[in-house]
This record gives sequence, C-alpha cells and structure tokens, in this order.
Amino acid sequence: MLTAFAILTDGLVYAAYLFLVAVGLTLIFGVMKILNVTHGSFYAFGAYGAATAVGIYANADWPDAAGFLLMIALAMAIGLMLGLVLERGILRFAYGRDEVVVVLVTYAVFLMLEDVIALIWGRESYGAYQPMVAAGNIEIGDLVLSNYDIGLVAIAALVAGLGYWALKHTRYGRLLTVVIFDRETAAAFGINVKVVYTVTFVIGAMLGALGGAVMAPKISVTLGIGVEVIVLAFAVVVTGGLGSIEGALIGSLIVGLCRAAAVHLVPQIELFVIYAVMALVLVFRPYGLFTQAQPRKI
Amino acid sequence: MINRISVLPRVGVLAAAALAGSVSLAAAQQPAAPIKIGIVSFLSGPAASPFGVPGRNGAEIVIEALNAGTAPAPFNTVGLGGTKIETKYVDEAGSTAQVVTEFRNLVQRDQVDAVVGYISSGSCLAVTPVAEELKALTVYFDCGTPRIFEETARKYVFRPPPHATMDSVGAARYLVAKHKDINGFSGLNQNYAWGQDSWRDFAGAMKVLAPKAAVDKELFPKLFAGEYGAEISTLLTSKSQALHTSFWDGDLESFVYQEQARGLDRRMPIIYTTGEASIWRLKDKMPDKSIIGGRGPNGPLAPKSALNDWFQKIYIDRYGTPPTYPSYQMALAVLGLKVAWDKAQKAKNGKPTTDEVAKAFEGIEYDGPSGHVKLALSNGHQGIQETAYGTYRFNKQTKQPEVVDVVRFPAACVNPPNGVNADDWIKGGMQGAKCN
Amino acid sequence: MMTPRTLAGALAFAVLAVAAPFAPAWLVSLATVAFANGLVVLGLVILWRAGLVPFGQALFYATGAYTVALIGRYTGVHDVFVTLAAGAAAAGLVAFLTGFLLARYRDIFFAMLSLAMSMILYGVLVKTETLGSTDGFHVESGTFLGFAPAGALHDLAFYWLVLAVCALAALQVAIYFDSVAGMLGAPVRDNEIRVEFLGISVNRLIHLKLVIAGVLAGLGGALAALAVEHVDPSMSYWTTSGGFVFVTILAGAGSVAAAFVGSLVFELVRSIAVDLFPGEWQIALGTALLLTILLLPGGLGSLVGRLPRLKRKTGAA
Repeated sequence: MLTAFAILTDGLVYAAYLFLVAVGLTLIFGVMKILNVTHGSFYAFGAYGAATAVGIYANADWPDAAGFLLMIALAMAIGLMLGLVLERGILRFAYGRDEVVVVLVTYAVFLMLEDVIALIWGRESYGAYQPMVAAGNIEIGDLVLSNYDIGLVAIAALVAGLGYWALKHTRYGRLLTVVIFDRETAAAFGINVKVVYTVTFVIGAMLGALGGAVMAPKISVTLGIGVEVIVLAFAVVVTGGLGSIEGALIGSLIVGLCRAAAVHLVPQIELFVIYAVMALVLVFRPYGLFTQAQPRKI
Repeated sequence: MINRISVLPRVGVLAAAALAGSVSLAAAQQPAAPIKIGIVSFLSGPAASPFGVPGRNGAEIVIEALNAGTAPAPFNTVGLGGTKIETKYVDEAGSTAQVVTEFRNLVQRDQVDAVVGYISSGSCLAVTPVAEELKALTVYFDCGTPRIFEETARKYVFRPPPHATMDSVGAARYLVAKHKDINGFSGLNQNYAWGQDSWRDFAGAMKVLAPKAAVDKELFPKLFAGEYGAEISTLLTSKSQALHTSFWDGDLESFVYQEQARGLDRRMPIIYTTGEASIWRLKDKMPDKSIIGGRGPNGPLAPKSALNDWFQKIYIDRYGTPPTYPSYQMALAVLGLKVAWDKAQKAKNGKPTTDEVAKAFEGIEYDGPSGHVKLALSNGHQGIQETAYGTYRFNKQTKQPEVVDVVRFPAACVNPPNGVNADDWIKGGMQGAKCN
Repeated sequence: MMTPRTLAGALAFAVLAVAAPFAPAWLVSLATVAFANGLVVLGLVILWRAGLVPFGQALFYATGAYTVALIGRYTGVHDVFVTLAAGAAAAGLVAFLTGFLLARYRDIFFAMLSLAMSMILYGVLVKTETLGSTDGFHVESGTFLGFAPAGALHDLAFYWLVLAVCALAALQVAIYFDSVAGMLGAPVRDNEIRVEFLGISVNRLIHLKLVIAGVLAGLGGALAALAVEHVDPSMSYWTTSGGFVFVTILAGAGSVAAAFVGSLVFELVRSIAVDLFPGEWQIALGTALLLTILLLPGGLGSLVGRLPRLKRKTGAA
C-alpha cells in the first residue's frame, strides 16, 4: 500500500520535473517548428543563475521566501536576456533555411554556451540546496517526503494552469495558437509573425531557465547538466504533441508514473521506460497525444 | 570541358587540406631536447570538475616541482633522468574513436615520449591495444577496470594506482567490521560499467564476508540522472540496513542533498566508495556517519608522511583547495614514471629508449604521497596499495571535514593475488587474502 | 558510366590512396575513421534529400560494429570481407524490420522514433555485462583473406580497404541518385501526396531508402570497429547520431563527394581545436561550425561543386 502511494508521489514529482523542463520547448517547437537544442543551455543557465542567487541571499541572511523569489527572478531575467540575444543575434539569420539547418545552428550555439558557462562560473560544481533544506519534510509511515518536492508539483501545476489559461483566454495567447496551427495563414491575417517568433523564443527561454532554477536546489549544478535534459524534454514534447501544453502535461505524467513504477517494481527496465513509452504512444498516435487534425495540403 | 578542369580543384582541395594540416601541426612540434609527456584527462563535461581537472592539476604541480628539482628525495633529481619535462594537455572527452585518434596524434604527430592519463575505463581499454601496437609508453592513473591486464599481457602499458576492485572489497570489509549483524543491504549505482562492476564486487565480497546478509534492492539509475526521488522512496520503504553507492561528483552531491532532505542517512549507514573527492565541496552538507572511501589511501585517508605534507602544501598553495584522490593517483603515476625512467637511465648511463624504460618499470615499488605502492600484479604492470575507509565527521569548531575511525586494509587483503582475475578471486571466496 | 563526375571521383580516390604511404601516420588513421563515418553521412544524405532526418542512425552503426566484434570474439573469424559483409547485412536486416514502422512517420516524429530505437539498443548493450557494458570490448585486427599484416602496414592496408569500400559506395549511390528512385527524393520532400497521385508508393520508397541508409551506416560502423579495434555502447547513443546529422548538414546534400569531404574536414577541425585549445575547444568548434552554416548555405559540398564554375569564369575554355 505504501509502495503504491510512493509510486504515485514519485511519479508526480518526476512528472513535475519533466513538465517544467519541457513546457518551454513545446512552445518554441509548436510556434517556430524548431528543435531547439539550446533549450539545454537555458536550463543550465537558469540553474547556475539560481546557484548564484542562493549564494547571494544565503550570505546576506535573507528570509528563505525572499531568497527563493530572488532565485526565480534572477533565473528568468537570465533567460530573458539570453533568449533575446540568441534569437535576434543568431537565430534569425537561419530562419528561411531547412529546419534541420536551424537545429544545427542551435546545436552549435549550445556547444559554445557550454564553454561560456565554464568561463563565467568556472569548472567547479555549485550547490544551491538551501531552499530544499529550509522547506523541511513530512513523514507518512516509513516514507519521508520532501516539502520541496511537493512544492515542485505545485509550481508545475501553476505553470501548467497559467500557460493553458494564457494560451486559450488571452488575446496574445490566441495569436500564438493561430501561428502554431498555420503560420502562413496567420501572416496573411496580418499577424506579425516575426514578433511572435521573438516573443515565443524569449518566453520559451524564460521557462527553460525557470525549470533549471527550481531544479537547482535538488541537484549539483555542474557542467553538462543541460545535455541529458535535452533528450528528456524532446521525448516528452514528442509524446505529448507539439505546441500543446496539455500534451506536455499528460506526457510528463505518463512518463513520470511509468518510470516511478519501474524503479520500485522492475528496476531493470528503468533505462528504457521513457523511450518505450514514447515509441508506444507514437505507434497509436503518430503525431503525439494532443495535436489538432491537420488538413492535407495538396 | 568541365570534366578535366573540375578534377584539379577537387583533388587540389583535398591534397592542400591534408598537406596544410600536417605541415602546420608538424611545425608546432618542439625541439627534441626536453622529454615530452602527454597528459590526458577530462577537461570538459561532467567528469572534468571532480576528476579531470584535479588530475591535470596534480600532474602540473608535480612536474613543475620535478623540473625545478624541488621535490623531496628520492625524487629530487631534475625531471626524468635529469632532463626537464614538457607537458601537453589533451581533453579525454569525445567518442572512443576520437579518444583513440587523439592518442595517435600524441604519439605519432606530437611524438611524445610517454602518455600519462585516462579516467574512463572505456578509454583505457580502447587505448591499450593501440599503445602496444605503436610501442608507446603509457601510464594510466584513474581508470578502474581490472580487465586491462587480465585479458592480455601488456608490455608498454602500466597502471601504478590499484584498480577498482579494492574499493568495494574494502567497503565490504569496513561495513562488516563496523556493523557486524547486517542482515540486508541495498545498492544504488549508476547504470554503466563502473556502477555495475562496483556493485558486483561489493555484493560478491559481502557474500563471502557476511553470508547471512541478503541483497535487498539493486538500484541502477541512469548515469547523470540527477533526480533520485523514486530511488530514495524505494529505500525508505525497504528494510535495508546499509546502502552501497559508487556514485561520484554531480550524481553523488545531488543524491546527498536529496536524501538528506528526506532523512535516509538516519535510517541506514551509506557507503560512498568515492566520497573523498566530494567532501571539500559538500563540507557540512555531507551527513556525519557517512562511510567514506577514496579509491585508496588518498586525501584524509593517506598515512602521515613528509611526502604527503609536501604534496598537500604545494597543491593548496597553487589551487586553493586540498588535493583529492585523482590528484594523488596522478602523482603516483608521474612519480612511478620517474622511478622507472631514472632507473633505466642509470643502468644505461644515457637517455633510455622506450623499451628500456618499460623494462625498468616492471615490478617497481616506491612511496608516493598516498603511501607505498608495488607493481605486483600482471607481470609487474599493475600496482597494489593498501586501502582505507573511514567515517565522516564535519568538525563544527574548525569548520573542516574530517574522516575518523579510519581502518586500513593491507594491499594483500583487498587486492587479488598475482595471476588471479579479480572477479574469480571474489567469487572463489577471496582466497589468499592476507589481512591482519 | 564514365561520366565526368565519376572520373573526377575516381581520380580523387586514387590520389588519396597513393598519397597515404607518404602522409603522416596519424593523418592516415584520422582519415580512416573519417571516411568510415562518411559512409553513415552518405546514407543520411540519401534520406535528407527525401526530407527525412533520422536521429537514430547510430542504431545501424552500432549493429554493424557489434556484429563484426561479436563474430570475431565468438567464432574467431577475423577476415574483413566476411565480417564487413555480415555487419552490413545485419544492419540492413534491422533497417528492413524497423523500416516497417519508421516509414510511416515524418519530421520530428520520425527523428525521435528512430532515436528511441537507437536508445533501446543502447540500453540493452549497457545492461549486458558479459559484453563489458559501457566499457565495451576489444576487436581483433582484421585479416585480408588470410593475409595478416602488422603495425603500420596493417593501418595502411586497412585505410586502402576503407577507401575502396567508400569509392564503391560512392559510385553505387551516385548511380542511385541518377535513377528514378533516387531522383524521387526531392519530390517526396516537397509534396508527398502528389507523388502518391503519380502511382508511386511513398512509404515503400522511403522504406527502401531506409534500408540503403541502414546498410551504409552498418558498413561504416563495421569499418570503424575494425579501425579503432574497440566497440562500446556509446556507438548507439543519441549523441553519436547527432554527430552524424551534424556532419551531414555541414557537408550539404549537394553531392556524393560532400559526405566524405565534410566528414574529413569535421574530424580535422575537431582535432585542431583540441590541439590548440585544450580547455576551450568546444567554443572553437561551435564557432567554426556556426560560421560554416551561416556563410555556406549549401554546406561544404557546395565548395567542391563551385570551383569548376569559377575556373570557367577565369578564362579556361
């Protein structure tokens, strides 16, 4: 019984992690149709920014809540600047080209940013554990849960809710949805697709950095954390459907729960689970879980 | 016509590229006088910070001292055999094919006299046959797999620091010594060769030393997973009484943060076989009572000696942080090369050839900052040392990490005897182990 | 069959073969691996022309490599012709089987599904401790129909073998590109439905291309395994696939030669970057590649194709 409960909580926590990492990517992907490998860099910069923020407020002895807010704010500011600089400075020169060429550009940028991180923050690893320690934990029988993990689930739910509401009920969100659906028609209607691109990329970057920032207290912030996150994010985005926030949410939940079950019950398959789930979903839904039907273009 | 004309530029581009490449790189070669050593370790990626950079720094600081002649006796002669050493640092990152390519570049293009390095067991395994083919003197410093010399006899490849079997066997001995009535234990190891081998060695050794203790959970999260919530839950809801982990650096630190937030270390003692490399970063975040290993008698586990004091001093003076086990292992490797080279030089009374140094290298024994080492296995190519395990304590007054309750296990207690494969030795009950 | 391009290609290969004994040994080794990888890139060019970019070619690369390694380890057969054929055949079979599923997908879904398959093989290999898990295991030197040279002569002989295989593959693919099936790549990329209306089964066509690319990748992996004399599961990891895609785009889909030129240039640039900037080679490499992509829209291959036009302008009749 306790195991089942543990699987549920573990699945939710992992799903929250996946969702926060993937939501920015699915947005960029849906709107701009770009496989943004640099997303891993946004995550890494967010994490390093959070580590710096934690360093600042821990030394200055601020209250934890204020420190946490500083962490989020700093990470999102970094995401904003980075996204803006990259999109306007490098990415826009590659727009007309083959989609895969754009992927390559983002990959080259990712390689460079890895070394930029080393130049700014050095090759040592950083800890940003103070928020997680401050949050404490609760005990349920033998199981001890970290309140920070519960908080993560809440944050993910908040971002999901906000994102969904923003896309469906704000004017700009609906513009974005239109561009996701059909870029050409949107442009024909007078929507400034270029501006939409820039805004989307920046929002995606900020979300990526947010993902890194909230995960930073749990992990050791070190070189290379962006790499593994990329494949996970892509797998979730593809499973859920491009440009769909609800898809990213459901996709994260499915993968998270399956993985938690695997770790508790059948640890041998843990390595495959995310890929097997993705492949299985694709077999039945070739475009991911949540995509609108596309009219055939002849 | 296009055909005849297009041939020349096409051919010209390729030939010019090849020529330019080889000429420019050849021009970068130095004059033959100093002894050139290639030092290979991870300078990028996640293995750089915990292993690659400390290893590189260890090489740099020791070689500087050797070149200045300021190392303590018996290493106080200049460089190798009186000739200064020139180093070239190469990043170990990349695919196996790229690692092998860079090794060939060092040996054939840059014409180094020796290559010292390699952290990943995969690199060591791939480079070894190439080193033998090219007759290039190669000294490994960190990679853990015992397979290098067990599969085939080698002539030009040496590894003074002991291989990884010692780590988990030592861990098992320490655990059994400190917690006699364990009846169940679990393992949390990364799902790749290092983690799998470490766990196999540990479980195997436990079977011999504490047959009544049952294996409970065998967890193998992905390398660099970073998020261990499910694994921690599994362990919390299990009945295990001890946990073995060969996690290193990023994964180790992430795990420590996450498990502490949920009190796992209060439930059971956790053995960190490579914990020593992280204590200076974790400091008070490493829970007290963690069992710490350092892949040998390194860092705070090293026996007291003038050589160790000297090594610590020059390292801290330059890099601001104490040397960790990769630095110690690198020092052991470089000093081993010096011992062999000096010996060959003395015997010949002139600059020795690679073959002569290789011959002189076999079976040497000497003292490094981590104590005594003897190349006693595999025809004198593989070193053995004692190992030590201890319990972690963060001293709140001095604000420094400490390792207390240290138990030393002699080399013959935790290493297989000459001629026996590590795996077979453990499976066979660790016959011939000499512990006192 | 002796078109001007074929003649040029044959001459290029001949020069590369003749130059080898006079070139530095490290360059020959580097070129051996680069050309083996060039085969994988060639397969990717075929697929790219049809608008498909798989991120899982490492699956076939690793299949070819491990087939060679396993045959050598468990049957003691080291003859390169036997093991290469086996490696290519095994990869072709895997491509044929997986193609039934893969051929139905496009764009990112195709890319990710092929990635998933390569990662599943990776997982299986990592879990197999008898094969050394992530450390992999040694591959014995290949022999040439009983002839077993040693040392430098072996490296040279193997280099010539790789050149020969690449030349043959290049010729075959060039012929393929001139055939109907090859030329249908561009129409499929532009508008599949119209191609279907012409009465051609697009899925079958793509299935065929997948098999060809799979065989080429398997051949490349087999050659790489013999060149480096080591196999490990990272040959099936997504970063390996990513590396091939990277070189493909760098090289451009313009010609068959592009695949090999691009692969060689990439390995050279990487080696130079590591040599000159041991701590910052990633920035150097990333910058070099970024500049190439942005300044050379057709990839490196377009450089090779451009020169004749230039020559003509400067007065050659």
